Amino acid sequence: MRIVIIDDSGLRATVLEEGLREAGYDDIHIVPPRGAFVARLERMAPDVVLMDLGSPSRDTLEEMLIVSRALAKPIAMFVDQSDDSMIGAAIDAGVSAYVVDGLRKERVRPVLELAVRRFNAYAKIQSELDEARTALSDRKIIDRAKSILMNQRQLSEQDAYALLRSSAMNQGKKIVDVAQALITASDLLGGAI
Amino acid sequence: MTTALKIAFLPLTDAAVLVAAREKGFAEAEGLSLELVRTTSWATLRDRLVFGQVHAAQMLAPLAMAVTLGLSQQPAALAAPYKLNVNGNMLVMARDFAKALEPDVAARLLDPLGTAHDFATAIGLWRRKPVIGVVHRFSSHALMLRYWLASAGVDPDRDVVLRVLPPSLTVEAMRAGEIDGFIAGEPWGSAAVEAGLAETVAIGERIWRRGIEKVLAFREAWLEENPETVDRLLRALLRAALWCDDPANHGMLAALLADPRYVDQPAALIERALSGQIVVRGGEAAIANPDFMLFSREATPFPWRSQALWIYSQLVRWEMVAHDAATAARAGAVFRPDIFRRALAESNTPMPGASMKLEGAVDLPLAVGSHRGGLTLGPDRFFDGRVFDPERIEEYLAGFVQVR
Repeated sequence: MRIVIIDDSGLRATVLEEGLREAGYDDIHIVPPRGAFVARLERMAPDVVLMDLGSPSRDTLEEMLIVSRALAKPIAMFVDQSDDSMIGAAIDAGVSAYVVDGLRKERVRPVLELAVRRFNAYAKIQSELDEARTALSDRKIIDRAKSILMNQRQLSEQDAYALLRSSAMNQGKKIVDVAQALITASDLLGGAI
Repeated sequence: MTTALKIAFLPLTDAAVLVAAREKGFAEAEGLSLELVRTTSWATLRDRLVFGQVHAAQMLAPLAMAVTLGLSQQPAALAAPYKLNVNGNMLVMARDFAKALEPDVAARLLDPLGTAHDFATAIGLWRRKPVIGVVHRFSSHALMLRYWLASAGVDPDRDVVLRVLPPSLTVEAMRAGEIDGFIAGEPWGSAAVEAGLAETVAIGERIWRRGIEKVLAFREAWLEENPETVDRLLRALLRAALWCDDPANHGMLAALLADPRYVDQPAALIERALSGQIVVRGGEAAIANPDFMLFSREATPFPWRSQALWIYSQLVRWEMVAHDAATAARAGAVFRPDIFRRALAESNTPMPGASMKLEGAVDLPLAVGSHRGGLTLGPDRFFDGRVFDPERIEEYLAGFVQVR
């Protein structure tokens, strides 16, 4: 079974490809949806095409599936009507799958289930990365606010932080918000740090 | 009690009524809490609706029909009781290509037939078969582009290459030279003009003065099972549409749409379509087209069955569906004037007396029979002067010159 993954994100495609290989599928190709990707896909004559539901290139792909003369068998979206939860899980995970006419659904289901699991795993990694990134930028803001306080009020780093924290608690705000307000005020007043 | 509704949309200026309904409190006043689900492809918007992930969607009218007729992946009976707008598209082409067209841009827009013939000549002068982006085969713009090209003897399937790509990728594809032009809903044409990549060649409103565009589509079964919620939503949308049509609100509406959660493009670009101030060539003065995009006036939201059948006639014309009476009836029935009437019976909106009319027969504003208030229909001519009689589809289709 030849599986083509159309994906812009290197990491997500890799996460999916690894999972498929571990499950014993070995004819897997990754095609980014750029330039003449449709022509490449046609030459590959895939049995299954997996694509991120959020990819803006789905319309381009579907048009190719309608007009292609190179593909011997029509390809349609995979929908197992006997199983609503499967469709829901796929859409929630952001997976869309196109399958050649005639491929038995018992053969496609495990691929789709695996794709759903892997897409979810990728989403989790992504949100952890985002959180880490936010935490990092929060820390930078707090650091800058601390140094303003240290300079302006001759405080130690520890005392500057304690002051930020107690103001935040008194105002019922997050430390990072108080820090940001301090930076803004300091900028407005032309204060150097 | 508040009812929560999810509605899918694409980042386009004609999502305006949905955005206004949510942001300006019209939905809330009807006890609805709208969650607008931003989607970047029509395929995904369609799937979200068909598989029940959203209750309704801002849909290309021909796509709603195609899904119902089983022409676009998983078949599902869809129903469109409300039109979100008419008009709002434009065709833009690379500046080099446009050099072969009428240089007086105002004259160019006013004379679509002449421009179509100039375009046909320009095809031969261009370095390759022109590649024109369309957002979907089942879009009103693609059908209008085909109609317009064919009027000058251009076969849209052979003399040009129509490439499908979503609105939000059009400008980048122009920049990369993958396409030579595109027809899409605003603000994407204006964005390409502003970037100096393209010039406006034709605007939808001049091809068909009252050209059908996006509808609000539901799964038919859900629509039938939830009459009270549907009615509340339609009432909220109509009030939002009145607000959107008021020129005093265009600035605020453009600012709302510019938000990254919605269209995510500069407000000044978005406002061009709302106010009908169309810049044809970057850096030049705007040309006024007051009917560039309509939301409420002239009973715009009313889903005329004859308009659904016009779309059907074009699907037949381009061999996307085989014509027979039963298919025509199913296509026409996707539009649900009965639901519109039920939902807005108590409102003071002028309500057309009929559900079908001749399309393309009105030259000057025309007062027509309505159940309440005065209803005036605006000019709705096709640029070639043809009139569509929904009772005579075959005769209408036979009247077109074959382009192949």
